[in-house]
Amino acid sequence: MSEDVAPFVAPALPPGSGRATPAIVPAHIEGASFGDRVYRLATTGFALVIPALLLLIAWEVFHAGWPALTRFGFGFFTSSDWDAVKGNFGAAPAIYGTIVSSLLALLLATPLAVGVAIFLSEFAPNWIRTPIAFLVDLLAAIPSVVYGLWGVLVMVPFIREHVMPFVKDTLHLGDFPLFSGAAYGPSMFAAGCILAIMILPYISAVTREVLRAVPRSQREAALALGATRWEMIWDAVLPYARSGIVGGVILGLGRALGETMAVTMVIGNRHEISASLFQPGYTMASLIANEFAEATNDLHVSSLMAVGAGLFVVTIVVNVVARWLVWRTARAGGGT
Amino acid sequence: MRKNAISLEVLVKRAPLAFLALASLTLAACSSGGDKKPDSARTEAGSTTSGADLTGAGATFPFPLYSRWVSEYQAATGVKVNYQQIGSGGGIKQLQEETVDFGASDAPMTDAEIASAKGGPVIHIPTVVGLVTIAYNVPQISQPLKLSGPVAADIFLGKITKWNDSRIASLNPGVTFPNTDILVVHRSEGSGTTYIFSDYLASVSPAWKASPGKGKELQWPVGLGERGNDGVAGRIKQTPGAIGYVELAFVTQNRLTAAQLQNATGQFVAPSADAATAAADAAVGKLPANTDYRVSIINSAGSGAYPITSFTYLLVYQHMTDAAKAQKLRDFIKWALTTGQKDAVTLDYAPLPSTMIPKLTAKADSISGGGAAK
Repeated sequence: MSEDVAPFVAPALPPGSGRATPAIVPAHIEGASFGDRVYRLATTGFALVIPALLLLIAWEVFHAGWPALTRFGFGFFTSSDWDAVKGNFGAAPAIYGTIVSSLLALLLATPLAVGVAIFLSEFAPNWIRTPIAFLVDLLAAIPSVVYGLWGVLVMVPFIREHVMPFVKDTLHLGDFPLFSGAAYGPSMFAAGCILAIMILPYISAVTREVLRAVPRSQREAALALGATRWEMIWDAVLPYARSGIVGGVILGLGRALGETMAVTMVIGNRHEISASLFQPGYTMASLIANEFAEATNDLHVSSLMAVGAGLFVVTIVVNVVARWLVWRTARAGGGT
Repeated sequence: MRKNAISLEVLVKRAPLAFLALASLTLAACSSGGDKKPDSARTEAGSTTSGADLTGAGATFPFPLYSRWVSEYQAATGVKVNYQQIGSGGGIKQLQEETVDFGASDAPMTDAEIASAKGGPVIHIPTVVGLVTIAYNVPQISQPLKLSGPVAADIFLGKITKWNDSRIASLNPGVTFPNTDILVVHRSEGSGTTYIFSDYLASVSPAWKASPGKGKELQWPVGLGERGNDGVAGRIKQTPGAIGYVELAFVTQNRLTAAQLQNATGQFVAPSADAATAAADAAVGKLPANTDYRVSIINSAGSGAYPITSFTYLLVYQHMTDAAKAQKLRDFIKWALTTGQKDAVTLDYAPLPSTMIPKLTAKADSISGGGAAK
């Protein structure tokens, strides 16, 4: 900034007087050149700390996980064997569980969150919009362990006594692989449900903001062409906001992938890949949280670090895909 | 569109927040690295206690008792002891690195672990007897369930899957069991409780010994994993048909029912503090006079002895560098072994058999201080 301004203003001022005329001169020339430099250095330093920290963490995690990765090779990511007594470790069920529970959460949360956002931004009168928006946002403030407790005490019994019998006995889907097996409550399905509730406020808040950013003219134009309110939202507002909504969904996905406590409390913590959503599973974050404190043997600790590295990679891949998706939808859609 | 695009940028950039949260978890996790470096995460737990006269860390199982001891001992003597529950494995590591004055563990240290301790020879002082119960939830039966070791092992192996299995029924004559599935509930995280329980199953079942074996974390053939004693107890309480293992205190607190187990002499014994003390008494009676107490008292063959019991230990160095601390530690341990034992029963632990107390106080007295130069 100072470099842009300095050439124009400097000749007009005696040296050292920069400070005296702040109202006329936008930048403080003399003191500023030093102050600015310090400021720029400081902010550059702060900015560099973040990527440096990221690289350091990545290096530490991979370094610590390396003994397990070399020992088990690629099999670490494909084996379902996790036996601390015999020293065999394979993370496939945890990787599978992380991805499936998060996708299930997205599937459940996205329509609901977008619906809430549409209602709040397009239909709700002011007196109802503020309290509802506040309450939805408040969902994001609830600590994860509280969600977990609610999950254990309320949601899981409800799923066991009502949802699972309904699907199995009333809908007769008990033999369908997705819902087969004994139904005890703690399950991949329960994990997906609790994650859906946890990520809903993120998706909803983002979508609400994006919808509010859609220009008034866009709506008026649609209405002027004779569109109904529904057609206006569906054909004019939503396409315009599409890339923003996708961004919100991705934000939710990032949150779901890393969620630990609440998931651990309802997923059943079982090292097994099952096609059935009603069976217990595991996630990578739960696995680390569960086993790290008492893992004393080096290979076990290293395997947990390798799981951490795997989670790192999964998260990076998801973020990259997300950015690409946002970029693509921004180019394909949008009003301009 | 422009405005929209800007807010989007911000949004997508926020996505890494979740990523950072993960990163901080992994950062905390890294610090233990698995190599020989001192474990900074755990060191921190010990070093935040500089205001205390004595610091200790380790097993979570005796924590309610130790924290009661700490507050009573401070009230009685003014000596401040800080005990942090970081897990048995952590307690051993901290002691090896000399970041605490004493460690605590549910399982005794192995010879290799003692050899790699920086402060020289380690002595084990049992403080109370721990007891693991098999709790269950079968609303249809009112009499206490009776189980033998092999039948219990086959239930947890998934070989017995229904409550009306003939092998369960034959141990419980006159009881009508429902034709419902058995749901095994176990710990999801590494735990001394799991170690004690699997030690028992391995000692009564060759099949269990072969696989999954004994350890703090097992590859469970069947069942659900829940976090902590409270998690397992809660799941059992909620789920008809469930069976699992928890410490005695959690059976009382959660009003669960616990099975009577057949001990090595053929008696069916209900879990209780007295039955655990009896088991310890019978087991130490057979030990040589110079024992270091690093023994399993599982499946003890005494009258009225409950079979799933274990000592929990304080781990201390035989020679401490600080003479004043050695004195304080001797006094604290002797207090815990005598006055402190009465707290055990009120908190659902089993006190040590009275025959052990004089030998253990002598052991505590043998802790010396100031011997080696710093």
